[in-house]
Amino acid sequence: MKFDSAAGQNVIDQGRIVGKSYPRVDGPLKVSGLAPYAHEYHSDAPNAAYGVIVGAGISKGRITAIDTSEAERAPGVVLVMTHRNAPKQFGIGHAPPGGTGPQQDEKDGGGEKPGRHNKPQLQGPEVRHFDQSVAFVVAETFEQARDAARLVRITYAVEKGRFDLAAEKDKGEMPEDTPDSNVGNFDSAFAAAPAKIDVTYTTPDQAHSMMEPHASIARWDGDQLTLWTSHQIIHWGVDGVAGTLGIHKDKVRVISAYIGGGFGSKLMIYGDPILAALAARQLGRPVKVALTRPQIYNHTSHRPATIQRLRLGAGIDGKLLAIGHDVWCGNLPEGEAENAADQTKLLYAGANRLLRTRKTELDLPLGASMRAPGEAVGLLALECAMDELAEKLGLDPIEFRILNDTQFDPEKGPERPFSTRHLVECLRTGADKFGWSKRNPKPGMVRDGRWLIGIGVASAIRNNLVMASGARVRLSGDGVLTIQTQMTDIGTGSYTILAQIGAEMLGLPMDKVRVELGDSSFPQSAGSGGSWGANSASAGLYYACENLRNAIAQRAGFNSTDSQFADGKVSAGGRSRNLADVVGKDGISAEGKVEFGDLTKRFAQAAFGAHFAEVAVDSVTAEVRVRRMLSVCAAGRIINPQTARSQCLGGMTMGIGAALMEDQVVDKRFGYFVNHDLAEYHVPVHADIPDMEVIFLDELDDKSSPIKAKGVGELGICGVGAAVANAVHNATGARIRDYPLTLDKIMAKMAV
Amino acid sequence: MSLTRRDAMIMSGVAVAAGATGTEAESAPASTRPPPQADIRLTVNGQARRLQLDSRVSLLDALREHLHLTGSKKGCDHGQCGACTVTVNGRRINSCLSLAVMHDGDEIGTIEGLGRPGRLHPMQAAFIAHDGFQCGYCTPGQICSAVAMLEEIKDGIPSHVTEDLNDVRYSADEVRERMSGNICRCAAYPNIVAAIDDVHGGRA
Repeated sequence: MKFDSAAGQNVIDQGRIVGKSYPRVDGPLKVSGLAPYAHEYHSDAPNAAYGVIVGAGISKGRITAIDTSEAERAPGVVLVMTHRNAPKQFGIGHAPPGGTGPQQDEKDGGGEKPGRHNKPQLQGPEVRHFDQSVAFVVAETFEQARDAARLVRITYAVEKGRFDLAAEKDKGEMPEDTPDSNVGNFDSAFAAAPAKIDVTYTTPDQAHSMMEPHASIARWDGDQLTLWTSHQIIHWGVDGVAGTLGIHKDKVRVISAYIGGGFGSKLMIYGDPILAALAARQLGRPVKVALTRPQIYNHTSHRPATIQRLRLGAGIDGKLLAIGHDVWCGNLPEGEAENAADQTKLLYAGANRLLRTRKTELDLPLGASMRAPGEAVGLLALECAMDELAEKLGLDPIEFRILNDTQFDPEKGPERPFSTRHLVECLRTGADKFGWSKRNPKPGMVRDGRWLIGIGVASAIRNNLVMASGARVRLSGDGVLTIQTQMTDIGTGSYTILAQIGAEMLGLPMDKVRVELGDSSFPQSAGSGGSWGANSASAGLYYACENLRNAIAQRAGFNSTDSQFADGKVSAGGRSRNLADVVGKDGISAEGKVEFGDLTKRFAQAAFGAHFAEVAVDSVTAEVRVRRMLSVCAAGRIINPQTARSQCLGGMTMGIGAALMEDQVVDKRFGYFVNHDLAEYHVPVHADIPDMEVIFLDELDDKSSPIKAKGVGELGICGVGAAVANAVHNATGARIRDYPLTLDKIMAKMAV
Repeated sequence: MSLTRRDAMIMSGVAVAAGATGTEAESAPASTRPPPQADIRLTVNGQARRLQLDSRVSLLDALREHLHLTGSKKGCDHGQCGACTVTVNGRRINSCLSLAVMHDGDEIGTIEGLGRPGRLHPMQAAFIAHDGFQCGYCTPGQICSAVAMLEEIKDGIPSHVTEDLNDVRYSADEVRERMSGNICRCAAYPNIVAAIDDVHGGRA
């Protein structure tokens, strides 16, 4: 079904089950350790051999010699694969002869850019980044493979690489998909503005650090490959594997029923599924492999660093006259730009606007999407710059933001209004609940013993993305509804909210609904990425359930348009029948799919929020403790307030990490991330996180989908770090423009 | 018998020398010698288990790969994340940092032994009620850690934030400190603390 006009009143609006908190339906399996993750399918691959990936020890250059003889002789070793004996594969831009089957969506690899998701391994002596696969050692046991991997002797010819963004940034070019945005006349408006700031912020490379490392088990049955792997978007995984191996997509089954966190790290395939599949085919037995924690940082992807120059000019009335946002970022040639100016297009009014992104080539590991790519780091800069200008103008930071609210796309004008936008309400509600009026606007004035106390605010915006999504539903004779879709649950709550949608649509209690996810044999779905999953997958399921309702009504001999589904019964015209009786012992199945029209073009669509943080900064050591946080979100219909709140808590925590500790340190001599484990790449732990509060404003977005929902998983991180940084400034007077705000940087600038 | 990791390494070396024939042991490089095997008896979740294992196998891999108890998770294999937390003779440890051979005769407790769907341990039920997890990967470790952590407080074992070492008391700060070895990147931290508080207060 094409969703191309605003949704009217529908079954979801009943709110019998949708909109209420239900505990996770996958909870009992997860808390008892019985939910199987990718590496744990023992009974499906009972005789699996273990693979270990050997990663490159240089960042750029060539392998000049590789000696595998000792590794091959090591006990239990059954295969050592290197570029000398690895089968030929297909890379980005190279479609295998005969293709891999039909293109499945606009981001698939079959279209203009064949092989977009491909990830060939061991295809030559060239090394393009540190810890790129250079050998794959397979043995009977993990210990044998691990030890034998250390026996592969490699000699390299090292080439000079480019590892320093600041040094390389001026060579950057405008990415094709991120053209400059130039409205009005920025230069003259900025020059003439009575109040202005011109500041440069930097954000470091960051690691997703999901708890489950990338892992795959590959098993061949004839020419049919089954991969248990950890992937956020199943059909992209299928596309990447089939494309790389040069086989038809029908020959690849990908299963990711449970995924131990994603945050963008599992939107692409890396070495594990390809090497496992190649080795399993060659050995004629299943092969399993998990990346080690230290490998993840340099072998896979990360959120790339940015340098951002913000030039904001305002009148003495506090209205923005000029908004300039320049972004510099780096990546491998095939990597995308970190689109950190994206939110600046839509967040505030202002007639003269200049947004530019420049991407330069670096020889670091691949930069890619991490929770709210673009906005998460863009708002770290923009929302601190707004704070700086408010201070200069002598305006309250919240009033300054409200003064510059806009109800339409400021680049396109009133003809492109927001579908919904309640930023002002988020700011006002949050200010009231958080006690903003007690904030002393003069920094460094509030003390609690040795601690300096400050509070800060930031706006949040995250574009509402939508993706085609399908589902299959079946009502069986025992009255149980089974939902099947490729949609994944990466901790987001998909299992639970899809059960709620199904229960609502068919008039069933939650315990009569089963949800099966993450299997490419199910209908293609939006998958988990870009916060589009909950809304898009629910919409696809909604249409599947509508088709099932019609089929059931027809079978019952009822007019489908006025049939009601409640309490396990279908009723129409005063008659009522039990669903189980109507469908009989064979049950009834239906499929449905949502496709999206041009509503996201006609309307600016985004979720909004406001984040508030109170910090205490040790006046002696400059240690920062977050004391309390509040996020107020307006994100369309909240399908399950409990799981949505958890999503926000996760985003807020990752935002605290971005503000205070997360930093992949680049060794600029050798070109790799030095701190590649969880002891050295710091993420927030229990002791860092206080009780935090989340408020959802009542909102329905009828331009988003029939569910009228939007995403919250990324909204939760957008702006959080800036709120913390603004609070640190309020506490100490120190304005740090180089994230993260570690104590050495704060101490150097602390006024007190 | 209590074995350190160093003791275990020394014993493995002895086993190699004794197990291999003289000429092979002398001529073959270390890497091509067959791995030393160890006969290990464990009690896992109350059940006696006997394993013949490569002495390099960690306790975590013994559970996951050999006993197929995959509830204990491998998040880092470095003792940095806590996803592999199990109890050994009632105290929590990172099972990835311990070789199986060091635990001959020990009682191991894993998430599978704590409770199952339908008869969940109160801590497991409280995690569900408070949404104390999202992706679920760190969850078995968090739960095993939480259960053992409450015992540590009860037994008067102090932590870094304990003010009076002779008077160890439960508090939210104690919980946050003591649970900080269990990382949750989904960041269910406030919900986990709430779940633990329910169990401590007898509400779950």
